[in-house]
Amino acid sequence: MRKKARNWCFGMSNLKALQEKLNYDKTFDCVQCGYCLPACPTYETMERETHSPRGRINLVKMVAEGKGTVQDLENPIEKCLGCMACTTVCPTNVQYGQILEGAKQVIDEQKVKSPTQKKLEQFLFQSFFPSQKWMNTLGHATWLYQKSGFQKVAQTLGWTKLAPNHLDAFERVLPDLPSPKRRKKRVKRYMRKRPASAKVAFFTGCIMDSMFFESNENTIELLLRSGAEVVIPEQQTCCGALHAHSGKISSSVDLAKKNIAVFEEENVDYIVNNAGGCGARMIEYHHLFEKGSAWYERALTFVSKVKDISEVLVELDGLEFKCSLDKTITYQPSCHMTNVQKVTEPPLELIGKIPGVQLKAMDRPDFCCGSAGVYNIVNYEDSMEILDVKMEDVCGVNPDGIVTSNPGCLLQMKLGVERSGKSNQIDAVHLVDLLIQADPQPK
Amino acid sequence: MESWIERLKEILPEKRVMTDLADRYSYSFDASFGEYLPDVVVQPQQKSEIVSILKLANLHKIPVYPRGQGTCLSGGPLPVYGGIVLDMSQWPKTIDLRPEDLIVSVSPSVLTADINKAAEEHGLMYAPDPSSAHVATIGGNLAENSGGPRGLKYGVTKDHVIGLEVITPEGEIIRTGGQTIKNVTGYDLTKLIVGSEGTLGVITEATLKLMPKPPAVQTMMVSFDKVRSAGEAISKTLTSGILPSKMEFMDQACIQAVENFKPIGLPVEAAAIVIIELDGHPETLKIERKLVEDIMKKIGATDIIIPKTEKDADEIWHARKQVSPAIAQIKPTKVSEDATVPRSKIPDLIERLQVIKEKYDVEIVVFGHAGDGNLHPNVLCDKRDHEEMARVEQAVGEIFEAAIELGGTLSGEHGIGTMKAPFMEQELGEIGLDMMKRVKEAWDPNGIMNPGKIFAEKSQKLVLRNE
Repeated sequence: MRKKARNWCFGMSNLKALQEKLNYDKTFDCVQCGYCLPACPTYETMERETHSPRGRINLVKMVAEGKGTVQDLENPIEKCLGCMACTTVCPTNVQYGQILEGAKQVIDEQKVKSPTQKKLEQFLFQSFFPSQKWMNTLGHATWLYQKSGFQKVAQTLGWTKLAPNHLDAFERVLPDLPSPKRRKKRVKRYMRKRPASAKVAFFTGCIMDSMFFESNENTIELLLRSGAEVVIPEQQTCCGALHAHSGKISSSVDLAKKNIAVFEEENVDYIVNNAGGCGARMIEYHHLFEKGSAWYERALTFVSKVKDISEVLVELDGLEFKCSLDKTITYQPSCHMTNVQKVTEPPLELIGKIPGVQLKAMDRPDFCCGSAGVYNIVNYEDSMEILDVKMEDVCGVNPDGIVTSNPGCLLQMKLGVERSGKSNQIDAVHLVDLLIQADPQPK
Repeated sequence: MESWIERLKEILPEKRVMTDLADRYSYSFDASFGEYLPDVVVQPQQKSEIVSILKLANLHKIPVYPRGQGTCLSGGPLPVYGGIVLDMSQWPKTIDLRPEDLIVSVSPSVLTADINKAAEEHGLMYAPDPSSAHVATIGGNLAENSGGPRGLKYGVTKDHVIGLEVITPEGEIIRTGGQTIKNVTGYDLTKLIVGSEGTLGVITEATLKLMPKPPAVQTMMVSFDKVRSAGEAISKTLTSGILPSKMEFMDQACIQAVENFKPIGLPVEAAAIVIIELDGHPETLKIERKLVEDIMKKIGATDIIIPKTEKDADEIWHARKQVSPAIAQIKPTKVSEDATVPRSKIPDLIERLQVIKEKYDVEIVVFGHAGDGNLHPNVLCDKRDHEEMARVEQAVGEIFEAAIELGGTLSGEHGIGTMKAPFMEQELGEIGLDMMKRVKEAWDPNGIMNPGKIFAEKSQKLVLRNE
């Protein structure tokens, strides 16, 4: 007998609802050509179709047709980095991001969770990431430093692969954090006496602002020296990317609304961020609302202003770099910046303007570093396998510095440098930090 | 669990034997139609493992389905009777280039484009260039005898293979051909295996011919207001002493689809365009370009574009590459055929396609490697619409008939697989097909190698619908 795939479980009406959530209709855009395979980091390191974009889309389809259970989806979906490299090479424009998020939501809803786990998740996603106060506290000392506390959170959440030695690894590469006093001293509004070249609102980002406070300060400085006026709306909140990546779509929508409303109050030309992941989330805010609705329109206006810092600095073109840096630099682009925001040239253009810097492209710069939100914490081993592939390419160009454009990538690259024993040779920095090192002055 | 699956776990490392539903479903499809669940997926990395797997399969009469990266457009790797999927994509990749002999030995998992890349470092090239070359494995290309645009001048995969190492369906290792360009010793088993679509054994190594890489290329894009003139242009060029490396055809529907998708500036008014690539020495190219230009003018080309820079040329080829995504916007499901006719019959085939399109009320766009008579009529449809798919099945059947009637063939480069199996007898005749079956039976007495392919079951029809 020929073996046709079979249907099982689920009643018809349940299946319909499930199909809607899983974006079943969108899976038909995939013609299974396989062009995504060479672009997928997990297909390369995990060596099976199950962990490829085409494989995942097919599994979503199978589950939506009742040929498998949501449980069958869990592992393949959770092991996806969400780097979206597949969407850039896809010849038929499959909306993989939406398929992935739908699958995550369904998995999250069907997971049996203990009451403590629920409570902790609620705290983490509804109070912790969205709260500036919490994030500041975290920045002050707690986050990875108070590892016992975090570890407990992680274990209760089922992030069991998180062993103490992994946290040590991250802790070793964390930058020095500023004192609470410095944090408090930050001005919220930088006005200019002379007419400003642009009015900019700065989206600080939770992780960026807590762990890479200095880089945020540098970002503001670069904007000011470029002749812009800068505001930092106090009520801004988390972009919601981590929520969406964890299947918590509705919290992600709430956060989007809040940010849209807060930034509407400031009449600015740009909403600038320096975290590729946050930027990618924010330029897709309109996808969260129904076309034609009032929120959709408001989101579109918001989205039209969202820019990466590199884009704005190139557009303003107000800086001259006075200090020559005698360095070989390689650039590790943020996947979300490349594949979602489609911003690829501006960072390279800026690095190219620094005197003395030799920019050397590594092999396959678009291959994800394995950071991917909380992926490197939740799936530590898998992430390290991907990082090791990346570091081989990095070391191939023998650079003095790696430049990144997203906090997650920055932390991961620092870890990569440490893992390959190159701490004395290679320095990983955010693009804005490199630019500040070159003493930028107004033109 | 079946005892033979337990045995597989002794033959291979545990992580290379997959029995989870999610894993099995991930190998239930390729880039064509149909979905069949295997019982187990294995990823061998040594010859001894394949030998043991095949011997086990013969013992228990379990079907074995070799697979590369699953980019096949005709169903070659589909496990239609369940059993074992032999995923060869994780086999160790080796490229052993011998520039002084102009040959290269490769392992089956190497990506085809990587072979060409390695050859180019020595001023050589591996000519076959299927559009999936950056994804597909050479093993899959060998099994399916893949082609590509350059097939016009350089032929298809089989024209570049001089030797193979094959594990027979009964689990014996043999070598066919050798390492020399000339070799007439005995039956040409190499050419028998290439294009046998995994029904006669598993390829574990191939020795391929390389050619000197042409020092320069010249692209041209020519528009016509009649499809027939485009066809004529192709024949006239080829009979004038010039052999371009590529001659690609796009009909008006394709041109308009590309322009609607991402405007590139293609002539939407044109009935058809032909994109030509000449290759050779720069001085020769200057002369040939002029000759081709004159031919095109004489035939009545409405426009001839000769790109000044490499970037402009790339843009033209980019437009050609955009056809696939662009036509996917019209309708989500694409039935991509590769019916091939003698070159002079291209205008006739295009006319027949027009008739078929109207008769069955289906969307058909045509593009392809017209220079070698290999067109890609693509039927655009929606596989959720069963009524439409029934009409598409009939239309596709008639496309095959038209190709055969015009003296052509079912498949120029995609292979027979499951989809075209029901039409084999029409082209080969009863006895012709029977001779092929006898070859198959001699090689694979237990019928375990890729059963369900090439040869149709009694009353098997083309089915594009999943129940």
